[in-house]
Amino acid sequence: MLTNEEVAQTIINQFGETVSDFDDPYDLLTFSTDRDHIVSVISYLKEHPVYKVGFLTDITAVHYPDSTGKEFCVVYHLHSLTNNFRLRIKVYLQADDVHVPTVIPLFAGANWMERETFDLFGIIFDGHPDLRRILNMEEMDYHPMLKQFPLEDDTRKDKIDALFGR
Amino acid sequence: MISEDLNIAKKNATGSELPARNDNGPVQYVNELTTLNLGPTHPATHGIFQNILQMDGEKIVSGEQTIGYIHRAFEKIAERRPFYQITTLTDRMNYCSSPINNMGWHMTVEKLLGVDIPKRAQYIRVIMMELARLSDHLICNGILGVDTGAFTGFLYIYQERENIYDIYEEVCGARLTTNMGRIGGMERDLSPTAIRKIKELLVRFPKVLTEFENLFNRNRIFMDRVVNVGGITAERALSYGFTGPNLRAAGVDYDVRVMNPYSSYQDFEFDIPVGQSGDTYDRFMVRNEEMRQSLRIIQQAIDNLPEGPHYADAPQYYLPPKQEVYKNMEALIYHFKIVMGEIDAPVGEVYHAVEGGNGELGFYLISDGGRTPYRLHFRRPCFIYYQAYPEMCKGLTLSDAIVIMSSMNVIAGELDA
Repeated sequence: MLTNEEVAQTIINQFGETVSDFDDPYDLLTFSTDRDHIVSVISYLKEHPVYKVGFLTDITAVHYPDSTGKEFCVVYHLHSLTNNFRLRIKVYLQADDVHVPTVIPLFAGANWMERETFDLFGIIFDGHPDLRRILNMEEMDYHPMLKQFPLEDDTRKDKIDALFGR
Repeated sequence: MISEDLNIAKKNATGSELPARNDNGPVQYVNELTTLNLGPTHPATHGIFQNILQMDGEKIVSGEQTIGYIHRAFEKIAERRPFYQITTLTDRMNYCSSPINNMGWHMTVEKLLGVDIPKRAQYIRVIMMELARLSDHLICNGILGVDTGAFTGFLYIYQERENIYDIYEEVCGARLTTNMGRIGGMERDLSPTAIRKIKELLVRFPKVLTEFENLFNRNRIFMDRVVNVGGITAERALSYGFTGPNLRAAGVDYDVRVMNPYSSYQDFEFDIPVGQSGDTYDRFMVRNEEMRQSLRIIQQAIDNLPEGPHYADAPQYYLPPKQEVYKNMEALIYHFKIVMGEIDAPVGEVYHAVEGGNGELGFYLISDGGRTPYRLHFRRPCFIYYQAYPEMCKGLTLSDAIVIMSSMNVIAGELDA
């Protein structure tokens, strides 16, 4: 049974300064890295003889419009089926430079997850063979999950956030 | 290829070789592929999604999927809704097993809030989730029968699905989009009628299932259609992010109920059936065996149903009984606060996974302490494994492609979310 501390220490030893923000909210090891190292971190964990983090559970993104310089966060959920160990890796991106390398060479299933993230958030996965919209129609010229697009009609006075919260 | 065949046919029919057409120039023999649209509204796709197949005669050369026809932006809508209102969104993902989605969402929020659920509520949830799995697998396997030309099995087991829906109705009042349970427990205890109906189902269902299996398992026509059709290796399946029965059919014994037990699954004894080649037959057999295991779990849960309350002692999160609201000041306040979404959710991020009808159904919830999630992402198993479909039906015939699709159990609602 792997512990979060043990895995975190191994990753720090291997990658040093490029991995940071180690945390374990609700017992799920979470850390951040930058986009230059995300592929090497994931492939290191995948090839590791003991950890064998060989299952990509999910890729998604989060938009934080108020945190300057870290407006976007791409979140990878990985799972080691051998050790029954899950972890979460985050890559923070600037709003004007939303490029991150693709992980399709490591996991074939990343294809549609990345397309979905592109569709909803506009994150560009460099090296993706077919980065098109997947859920929305091709003609759409915006990315709907960004926080600047309100769900409610602005002209509705009975549903304003000041009264009802977000 | 096609035009060559045609020419041979012409030659044989007339007995002598036809002269090449020369009115519009010489006939060009090009190896031309046919584009075939399977869907978006085709009865065999069981939902609205399109497959554009490139066919060489009867053989599929390549395929491309178009999805998103019923994309309803649940993740966006969820950012405007208090936690308890999101339950109704989860219903509409995998609508063949909505109670699993409902419970998965409740458990995610309970994990965020740190609420412990009493054993009785956990057992009731297990019963409902396993009933949902039964109805999900029934539909999948029944429709696989229909697509191979056997309608009888489908109609026969649909009666049992109807009985499962009657149990849902007894427990929560709804049948398809159930909105079952609450954050903090179940909305009401199992009624004596519900318990009677579940016990009746446990007696009747194994016989029906045996008869269904007798119709199919060693049926020559059925086996010819499904054995060695659409196989996938365990390695490829893992790379594609397969989960659930489709992964287990490929020989990987990954089941969230065993790996990360939730809602007291560790109390029950059951087996995980696995297949070998990951083909359509294995998927069919794994689902059938999982139904038997689900029955075992329900039997154990109903036999050992613990006494006690069916909801957690967390009045700030669990909607109080209505009669209390009329008489009790505190209940009225909590009722108002919960309905208005003013619960004190902590800041945090949670990933919680349950074993859905067709794989690991995950909820990634980020809360910033507001009344709604800051971000909610659904890991939909269908969406992730459906991308392997062109690879699985490459080189096979169109009729195989139909069978593979029904055996993969792709539910359009979950695919698009």
